[in-house]
Amino acid sequence: MIKKSNENKDLMTNSSVYRDVASKAKLLISLTALFCVACSPEDSDLTEQDRTQDLLVYCSEGSPDSFNPQLVTSGTSYDATANILYNQLVTYKPGTTEIVPSLARSWDISDDGLRYTFNLRQDVSFHTSQVFTPSRSLNADDVLFSFNRQRLSSHPYHGISGGRYPYFTAQSMDQLIKDIRKVNDHKVEFILTRPESPFLSILATPFASILSAEYAEQLNRLRRPEWIDSKPVGTGPFRFERYEPDAYIRFKRFEDYFGDKRRVKNLVYAITPDAAMRFARFSAGECDVMSYPLPVHLRVAQKNDLQVVQTPGLNIAYWAFNTEKPPFHDVKVRQALAMAVDRESILQTVYDRQASLATNPIPPSSWAYNKNVKKIPHSKRRALELLKEAGYENGFSIDIWAMPIQRAYNPNARKMAEIIQQDLADINVDVRIVTYEWGTFLSRVSRGLHHSVLLGWNADNADPNNFFSPLLSCASSVNGNNYANWCDNRFDELILKGRTSSKQSERKEYYDQAQEIFKQQAPWLTIAHANNSVLVQPRVKGFIISPIGNINFEGVTIGLPDQKQPRSQKQESDEVANQ
Amino acid sequence: MITSILKQLGTLLISLLGLTVLTFILSQQSDSPIHQYQSDSAFIQYFEYIQFLFNGDWGMSSIHKRSVLKDFLQHFPATIELIVFAMILAVTTGLALGILASTRRGGWLDNTLMTTSLIGYSMPIFWWGMLLVLLFSLTLGWTPVAGRISFEFDIEPFTRFMLIDTLLHHNKYGFDAFLNALHHLILPAVTLSTIPMAIIARMTRSSLLAVLKSEYIRTARSKGISKQRIIWIHALRNALQPILTISGVQISIIMSGVIITEYIFAWPGIGKWLLEAVSRRDFASIQGGVLALSIIVIAFNLVLDFLSIYLNPRLRRPS
Repeated sequence: MIKKSNENKDLMTNSSVYRDVASKAKLLISLTALFCVACSPEDSDLTEQDRTQDLLVYCSEGSPDSFNPQLVTSGTSYDATANILYNQLVTYKPGTTEIVPSLARSWDISDDGLRYTFNLRQDVSFHTSQVFTPSRSLNADDVLFSFNRQRLSSHPYHGISGGRYPYFTAQSMDQLIKDIRKVNDHKVEFILTRPESPFLSILATPFASILSAEYAEQLNRLRRPEWIDSKPVGTGPFRFERYEPDAYIRFKRFEDYFGDKRRVKNLVYAITPDAAMRFARFSAGECDVMSYPLPVHLRVAQKNDLQVVQTPGLNIAYWAFNTEKPPFHDVKVRQALAMAVDRESILQTVYDRQASLATNPIPPSSWAYNKNVKKIPHSKRRALELLKEAGYENGFSIDIWAMPIQRAYNPNARKMAEIIQQDLADINVDVRIVTYEWGTFLSRVSRGLHHSVLLGWNADNADPNNFFSPLLSCASSVNGNNYANWCDNRFDELILKGRTSSKQSERKEYYDQAQEIFKQQAPWLTIAHANNSVLVQPRVKGFIISPIGNINFEGVTIGLPDQKQPRSQKQESDEVANQ
Repeated sequence: MITSILKQLGTLLISLLGLTVLTFILSQQSDSPIHQYQSDSAFIQYFEYIQFLFNGDWGMSSIHKRSVLKDFLQHFPATIELIVFAMILAVTTGLALGILASTRRGGWLDNTLMTTSLIGYSMPIFWWGMLLVLLFSLTLGWTPVAGRISFEFDIEPFTRFMLIDTLLHHNKYGFDAFLNALHHLILPAVTLSTIPMAIIARMTRSSLLAVLKSEYIRTARSKGISKQRIIWIHALRNALQPILTISGVQISIIMSGVIITEYIFAWPGIGKWLLEAVSRRDFASIQGGVLALSIIVIAFNLVLDFLSIYLNPRLRRPS
């Protein structure tokens, strides 16, 4: 009886909610009556240990906006979808920024860099849901469906759920991809309008997740196309079971998953927005993994032998000088200000040491990182000399705009601004700290109304271009995130070459030179690369954090520390070894 | 009696009119319109707006693209469960403490109870909630920290009242799930009930003391009726009238308290939903939520007014 109403639930429309509740109430009354007859539960032979053994609870920081990563840009939504429900053609090797095969077994890139041919795996199945049972495994149609929905406004699914694909548009994918061709059932060809070497990295990001074309057809027949985004079906390691807004998301292990067999049977996201409460839940053992711990939590956790899993993130916090406004148009002034700031004390006070000092715009984990760039020394004496050379020995006053919200890469811009204010007072520079509500702040900064600004950036993909082009290119100073309004033709040429040439060694050379110019011209003071960190209970095995930041529970298991290794777990690891 | 009821209904209509005009004006200020109106005149648009509300079209959330009314109804049972439980706690404990204090007037028990209730009355609820979590969940480990139930219980939401849903899963988990849900309810309910409990206790005490001083009680006492009987049969019924009024006023305190309590305990009710909507600038949800909550408060007060008319013979009788 319960089972039946469960199926009905999916076909329930808005107006039938009440009727449904009424029928449930009747059910309740009849069941309550049953209690007295059958007071001892017969089926509950599950002990508490059985129930917790194969359950992993992740205390997450918010509700996802959608279960289709193509429609959103928030990290919270990506964490609940990209590596859980879906796969992409290529992916990052866990914990690194190296591209490895995923749904695509292998790929070829033509010599001119305009054609990418992907050979798909033939053993990939889609999830089964209450309204959908896949009849075939993954093929080229699914890839075409997933990209064409975002790319072509004529596509039948383009307008479903609003017709906006923010990430796809922001990356100018519509201009980059000329055509996508199905060569045969398991071979797809992407034809680009221009060579773009970060393309593989872009295909590893959440918006490039592959959805089922067959599921879309099925939903069309049911006349509920919008379910494709709210009742997700993918190929990922877990299948969607239930979502209660603001409470939890329940996932079940997908038994036919093509990848790593080691996974827990039940995965639950416990949505807990308040960081203090999240930590309290974690401390009490209510969750196994906790997202976004505050620095103070990390300190407590380290003291108490909890696992702190950390990696330097692909992000940067910076102080951008608006180079179009005096006195920042003078490179000497920019260098002088950069020298006067004591970044060590920022690292201590603002980040609680959960970050590393930044020299270049890209973090050291990137292959394009130039180790030989000369660091700017912290020296107030040298700064005063430079200001004198520039003709500002009597000092001047500037505005620093501090972003009003907290981000992992910049936990407290206001405090950062105050430290800079004190440092600059020593070299006769008077600082006024300015802040606005976040939306206003961003729009005013985009219009170039600021003097200088404390901001940051979290990379969406691991390619170095994801830092240089959006943040420092000439094009982005007109329409983008180049808040220093800095346009250096030599630098711009180098990063364009870096973006279009296909050999990594050549690209590295261009980026090395570009980083030299950047440091010498100092449009920003690079401040820090914050660590990505999560807290993990000792019983959780195999959790790896990604520098890009998306959560992944593939290969994560629950161990029982007080018991001998269960037999089944050993078998499973043998299976993996045999693959 | 009929005139009193009509008067109440009139007040209700005026409140609703003011409320909808206010939310309508607010919705006009938003950049992304919640409803599509046919007319250009704001006056006619208002009537269209009312029509939309009656048809159940409260707009779509700009973030999730879900119906606001449906979202509200989905989150509401969790809130109701918490409020009902907290209210039961507040009324029973508050009444008991008040009676206890009034019968031992001036004694140490009275003084302690009144001081504690004053503290409880002035407690910032978010701080109090955190303190309870620290003590009972983290230090003593008696209660769970947050949520409605442990996740090892996979409870399908039929009614969305967790206590009922867990009973419906009896064949799967026995009473374990039900007890677990009850266990999760304790700390949030205690947090939420603290302020109303203190107010009810103080009110009961002063009201009961006033009644106990009155002539008819003195008469009863002189007739040799036992103290118990005087309090329970004769005094309390008359003392209840102002307590009932005060309890009604508590609903708005409870409503604002429940928002904070839900946030602290990650309780997936209206409060958490509204706060989430505020942080995402989801205007349709904020507007719909505020409107629905206000209507509930108004309706609740109306019911209480009717109840006090029914209970108070002076109001019942035509003047």
